[in-house]
Amino acid sequence: MIYFGDKKPIKGDIHIDKNRCKGCGFCVEYCPRDVLELSEEFNAKGYHPPFIKDEDECCYCQLCESICPEYAIFVTIKKTKEEKGEKVENRP
Amino acid sequence: MKEEDRLEEKNPIEGLLRMDRIPHIWCPGCGIGTVVTSFADALKKTDLDLDKVAVVSGIGCTGRVAGYIKLDSFHTTHGRAIPYATGLKLASPGTKVVVFSGDGDLTGIGGNHFIHAARRNMDLVVICVNNFNYAMTGGQVASTTPKTANASTAPYGNFEGAFSLPYLADAAGATYVARWTALHLRRVSKSIEEALNRKGFSFIEVITPCVTLYARRNRLGSGLNLLKYYYDKSEIRHGADTRDLEITFQGKLTVGKFIERERETFLDAMNSHLSHVLGDDYQLYGRCFDD
Repeated sequence: MIYFGDKKPIKGDIHIDKNRCKGCGFCVEYCPRDVLELSEEFNAKGYHPPFIKDEDECCYCQLCESICPEYAIFVTIKKTKEEKGEKVENRP
Repeated sequence: MKEEDRLEEKNPIEGLLRMDRIPHIWCPGCGIGTVVTSFADALKKTDLDLDKVAVVSGIGCTGRVAGYIKLDSFHTTHGRAIPYATGLKLASPGTKVVVFSGDGDLTGIGGNHFIHAARRNMDLVVICVNNFNYAMTGGQVASTTPKTANASTAPYGNFEGAFSLPYLADAAGATYVARWTALHLRRVSKSIEEALNRKGFSFIEVITPCVTLYARRNRLGSGLNLLKYYYDKSEIRHGADTRDLEITFQGKLTVGKFIERERETFLDAMNSHLSHVLGDDYQLYGRCFDD
């Protein structure tokens, strides 16, 4: 991918508290990038919590965090490899 | 990062919630939690000192908000949220008082208090979560239930006319009137932020899905179906005439910010009137707290 200077799109880390979820499906329906999907498994309360299908698509819009009525999902900014202190291959 | 390790970080809203009471009792698909998130967002964006913000709720599903929010909060008797808030505001004029309650509580049981607080222009922010019935007590007809909608006290459909809350607030003299649905997250948040940053009686109606009672009795499906209905049928018209905002059963919803005007608040009017009548004998009330 070609970036403008050192600007890169922000990516998100999605955090789901599965046992607090009541399976309403709001986050799955309204995620603009279709990152989430309802799982087949049950949580402790007997609801189907969402799981992360494709996290690379997450663009940190925080809509799931705002729409969740149970405060069970939130997003933080994904740290890049440089920020974590890992080695990165130099691009040509 | 593995999914299990991620919960070490806390949800940013948790600083504003009493986490020992979470999970809350609201049904799956209920929109009140969404409105609370929008309110918390708005609080974070304002520069208000959180020690000087108080939340007052009445009785009902929405009445439980006061118990879940970690601010000075009061869970009051049914319909009397606005009188408590008025007393709180007058006793401590430096406090920002937010009334967070439902439609049945604010405009059904406590309708008279609502119009008189708007008439006096008490300096309150009133957030009314409208789910079209008395949800906690079993889905009875409320003052906002649209015509022909089914409710537990109207098994053949409701035949009473309903309040149009923005029209009521406008007519009674509110200085800020807006209506949104639970789907308009960011707009609700922005509206609450605007209301928190201004003086006077501000009224924000938020239409939310009631899945267990209103939707089930009327066969409207789940909370998601109701959100889709809000998306399809809501139209944003800022500054619309409040007389045209009536809600019909599953009909068109007009949302937006309708009224924003300046009027003398209750305390300002009292101070200016009494200092005019009594002259230098009168000591201005409420100033020492603010400064």
